[in-house]
Parts: sequence; C-alpha cells; structure tokens
Amino acid sequence: MLPTNEQRRWMYRNMLISRYMEERIETIYMEGKKPIFNMANGPIPGEMHLSNGQEPCAVGVCCHLGTEDIVTATHRPHHIAIAKGVDLKKMMAEIFGKKTGLSGGRGGHMHLFDKDVNFACSGIIAQGMGPAVGAALSRKLQRKSGIAIAYIGEGAANQGAFHETLNLASVWKLPVIFIIEDNDWGISVAKSTSTSVSKNSDRAAAYGMPGIFIKDNCPDQIFSATAAAVEQARCGDGPTLIEIKTSRLAGHFMGDAEDYRPKGEKENLLKNDPIPTYRQALLDEDVITIEEDSALVQETQQLIEDAITFARESDEPAPEEALEHVFAH
Amino acid sequence: MSATNKLTIARAMAESLAQEMRTDPNVFIMGEDIAQLGGVFGNTRGLYTEFGEERIRDTPISETAFIGAGVGAAMDGMRPVVELMFVDFFGVCFDAIYNLMAKNIYFSGGHSNVPMVIMASTGGGYSDGGQHSQCLYATFAHLPGMKVIAPSNAYDAKGLLTAAIRDNSPVIYLFHKGLQGMGWLGTEPAAINQVPEENYQLEIGKAKTVISGTDITIVSIGMGVHHALKAAHELQKDDISIEVIDLCSLVPLDRQHIIESVNKTGRLIVVDEDYHSYGMSGEIFASVIEHDHTIFKTPPQRITYPDIPIPFSRPMEQWALPSTEKIIHACLTMKEK
Repeated sequence: MLPTNEQRRWMYRNMLISRYMEERIETIYMEGKKPIFNMANGPIPGEMHLSNGQEPCAVGVCCHLGTEDIVTATHRPHHIAIAKGVDLKKMMAEIFGKKTGLSGGRGGHMHLFDKDVNFACSGIIAQGMGPAVGAALSRKLQRKSGIAIAYIGEGAANQGAFHETLNLASVWKLPVIFIIEDNDWGISVAKSTSTSVSKNSDRAAAYGMPGIFIKDNCPDQIFSATAAAVEQARCGDGPTLIEIKTSRLAGHFMGDAEDYRPKGEKENLLKNDPIPTYRQALLDEDVITIEEDSALVQETQQLIEDAITFARESDEPAPEEALEHVFAH
Repeated sequence: MSATNKLTIARAMAESLAQEMRTDPNVFIMGEDIAQLGGVFGNTRGLYTEFGEERIRDTPISETAFIGAGVGAAMDGMRPVVELMFVDFFGVCFDAIYNLMAKNIYFSGGHSNVPMVIMASTGGGYSDGGQHSQCLYATFAHLPGMKVIAPSNAYDAKGLLTAAIRDNSPVIYLFHKGLQGMGWLGTEPAAINQVPEENYQLEIGKAKTVISGTDITIVSIGMGVHHALKAAHELQKDDISIEVIDLCSLVPLDRQHIIESVNKTGRLIVVDEDYHSYGMSGEIFASVIEHDHTIFKTPPQRITYPDIPIPFSRPMEQWALPSTEKIIHACLTMKEK
C-alpha cells in the first residue's frame, strides 16, 4: 500500500515540525548552560533526548492512526508526540515546565501525556509496552475501535518487559503493534555488542507473530510496510512486531560527546538525513513545488515559534501545585 | 438491614468482585490462577463460572506484562483488578507498579485516572520461606500515588475491596494469608464474621477502634489486630484496659484517629508484621510526636518483624513473628512504668 500524495505531504509536514522543534530546543536548551554546562540551568532544565533523524518512524506509522488509537512512546518522544497530534503549545510549555503544560509541569519532556489524542510515554526502557498491551485489551473487551502502538528503542528488546508483553499480546491476540526504532545505540553501547540477534524483528517468531524489518529510514517505506500490520490489528487478527532501521543524528542526550561513535559514522548519518532526502523525492515526483515547500517550511517554523512564545510567556506553576494530582479526583 | 452471612475473607472478596462485575461491565480480573482454580487463596472462587474467560483472565507468569497491561486498561476506561499472587513477587514488576500505576495520574496532571486494584497476599507463619512470607506494607506505602489497604476481617474485606474497585486512583489491596479462611494456611476464627449480602463500601483511609480502653493504645493492621485483641482479652484479667485500633488503610493513614486515642491513654504500642526499620511503626510514632511530643506517659513500643529475611525453620520464624505473648509482655512492662 503506497501513501497518497496527501499522506506524503502530511508526513513531510510533521517531519518538518519535529525537526524544527528539535533545532529550536537545541538552542534554547543551551541558554544559561554556557560556558559551564549544568543540566539544572536554563529555561529547559533536566535531560533532553532529541529525536532528529528518527522522524520517519513517527510519521510513517502514525499516518495510519486516528485520535482514538493509543500510542505509548519512549524517553525520546517528541517526533512521535507530534505525529500523534499532541498539542504543540501545551507540549512545549510542558518541556519548559510551565503551568500551561500538558500536566502543568509535573511530567516534563520524558513524561508527556495527552489524553485528548491518547498519547503517553515512559522514561523507563520497554515500560510503555505493558500499558499499550493493556489499552489494546481494553479496546477488545469494550469492543471499541482503536488499536495500540508501543514505540521502543532497540535496547528495549533485551528487557524482560519486551518478551513478556509480546507473549501476552500474542496469546490474547490483541490489537497492538510494537515498533522498534533501531538507531543502533543504547546510550553508548552498540547494538552489535548488546544484542544476540542482528534483527530484533526475528524475535517475533518466538512469539507467534509476524516480524517486519524495514531497512530504510524513509516515510514512504515505513508507511507501506506498516499498513498490513495496522489492518491486521484493526481486523482483530493480533499483534505485529516491526523494526525500523533509523538514525539518531544527535547524542543520547544533550551534552553527550559521542566519543563512542566510530570515526565517520556521524558524517555518514548526516549525509543520509531523511528530511532533505524526502524533500528531494517529493520535489522530484512533483508532490510539492519549491514554492509550496518554502511556504510549508515557513508555516511549520511559525507553529514552533508560536509554541515557544506561548511556553516562554506562560507562568511558572506555583510551587505548592506540586501537591496536586497525586490521586484522582 | 439486609441478610448477612458468616464469611471468610476469601469469600467476602469473591462476593465483592462478583457484585462489582455485575454492576460495572468495565470491571475485569486478571492474574495467575484466578480462573478455574479460583485463586490460590480463594478470592476469585466461582467467578469464572459466572463471568467466563473474557473477564476472568488467567495470565502467563509475566507480572511485568500484566500489571503494565492493567495500567493501560485502567487509563483507557476499564477497572482492572489484578492479582499478584504473593506480594513478594513485586520485585519482578515493580516498575509497572510504582513508576507507571502510581505516577501516571500525576504525570497527566490529573487528566487521566488509573482506577486499578492490585490484590496481593501477605504474611507468613507457616514456614513458606523468605520469598513467600513477607508483608512489605511500608514498601508500597512509602511510594506516593497508590492507596494501600489491608483488611483484618471479612466485613472490612468486602467493603474495602468494593471501595477500591470504585476508586479512580490505584489501590494496593493486601490480604493476609493467615486470615483468608483457607484451612491449609491456618485459620484465624475472628477474621470470619457477618457480612451483609448487599454491596457496600467502607471509606479508604479510615481507622477503626475495635475495642475501647483507657490504659494503652495498640495500633495494628491485618494479622496484628488479632494478636492485639487476644492480648487485650487476657490483660482484662489484670485490670489493664487496652484500646485496639485497626488501621485498615496505610495510605491514606488516619493519623487523627491514632492521636485521639493516644491522647486518652498516653501509651502506644504498634504491632506490625512488616520489617522493623523504616516502616509503619516508625511512621506512627513520628506522626504522634510531631503532633505533641509530651503526649506519652511512657516511651512507646513496637512489636515488629526483625530486620532479617524470614527464616524457614519453625522455631526461628515463630520466634521472630509478632505474637499475643509479646504484646502482653510489652503491655505489662509499660504499665509498670
């Protein structure tokens, strides 16, 4: 199944939003952190995991989804949140820790929750998988439409939760899809030195479900290769494990010197940046014109600037608001 | 007043679960051996026949997966009740409990609820060794975002479980094996009491004065309440008047109820089958002292499980456990001061 031109424009647009957001965060994050890097300083404190390079994994899958579908993401969640339709302003305000953020500053960049579009994430490796399986079970039991998607990194495939949830999803035939974003690195440890198989998608066989390997970090390929899995989940035919070879263009987190990368790898990755590549493909195939592209770039940049302004101008939460929402009302 | 039946905690729990499942189609149960077997400790007996395999779901032995799944189902509008057979097994799935279940309401800024119950058995005394006999009350109570309750009798067990299922926050429901009314685990007769047939709920976070007295306040939960009641009965013969408080809930903790009692008696003993240090007893002492450091006529005492893994051998385990004799001894020495 090939994406329509409208879908391709949607994917491109969301990749641009994500990329521009990451570029702006990269700059803003360093405010107050120079010349001496201190994670606690600046308008965006804490760890920051950028997802630039991995945008195709988000848009290629989420292009099949609607608001009612459930997505759980990882500690590197921005691109997925954007593709799932999380409110940009509230997300940015949450990243800044402001009162107007998704959870009023209680979650931060690793804990983005937007109930309106059924998006959640967890900062603990592989631990978004259980909730996705549970959401899928909930849809099945309630006979409600909607499927669940759990995004994980390739490092999560060595976690117990990975194996337990794959088995459970398969034995209960749940409408859930597991997406592995394989960027080859678990912080500084290469996949080749940590993982017993070269393709984690091969592990699907152990759990009686289809395993799909997508070798190109390209939205169109990801869209096409995931279509059948989405269809299978929607029809009640059970889960699929999908692995996408992608690239982490930045370090694990901001401040990571990336000395562990082999010489030349970074340059190679940057040469194959999926966004300029996709832009060129859309131009070559007359899906967009140069004028449309410039307008789109401008529009997406404006969206992010508006979100940043909103976040910057929003109030800090009152300290004692920290006491609220420990329990449900 | 509706009809009542004398029930064990196990049967009272099953009755609550059945009634809530009849009322609310979003309630379902999953866990290990809860379907045809009816739960190792009997608390889901009969439910599989009535509700079938879709709503009474036996799981693989994959606690991380099914407790995590409980979180996802709860956040998507269901009311899962999840059985963790022995509380000691929490170690293999704790992330799903304290990082997901207990934090997602907060992380969502209150936009998502997590109406989920984890039922788990606690307690030893029957030589099941150090990985199947712990209470771990304080472990859960220490970490914010989950309510923690532990009934001591069937009436409370039913009312508190119903309240837990209806609660929009996650609740850890700890039932003591020795109180379940399963013959093979030993049976505490006083845990078996009259339970109304109708459904009712008890407020989570409310302690109960089980018997009133004027000399010494004994605060406990679960099995300890029964040790305290027996001690109080014996001490009556020596004209020592004991007030026994059953906390029922560790989170929220009914501090006011404890303080009022100690105000009256001036003496406090805490009985806790969980480990001694950094636990419930220390928390209760601190709560009273923070309120009024002059409140005590004598130093408070605690009868707890020592800071050792639970031994298998009968004489060693029985020596280490709280008991009626230890409570009586503590009361007598306290009264002499």
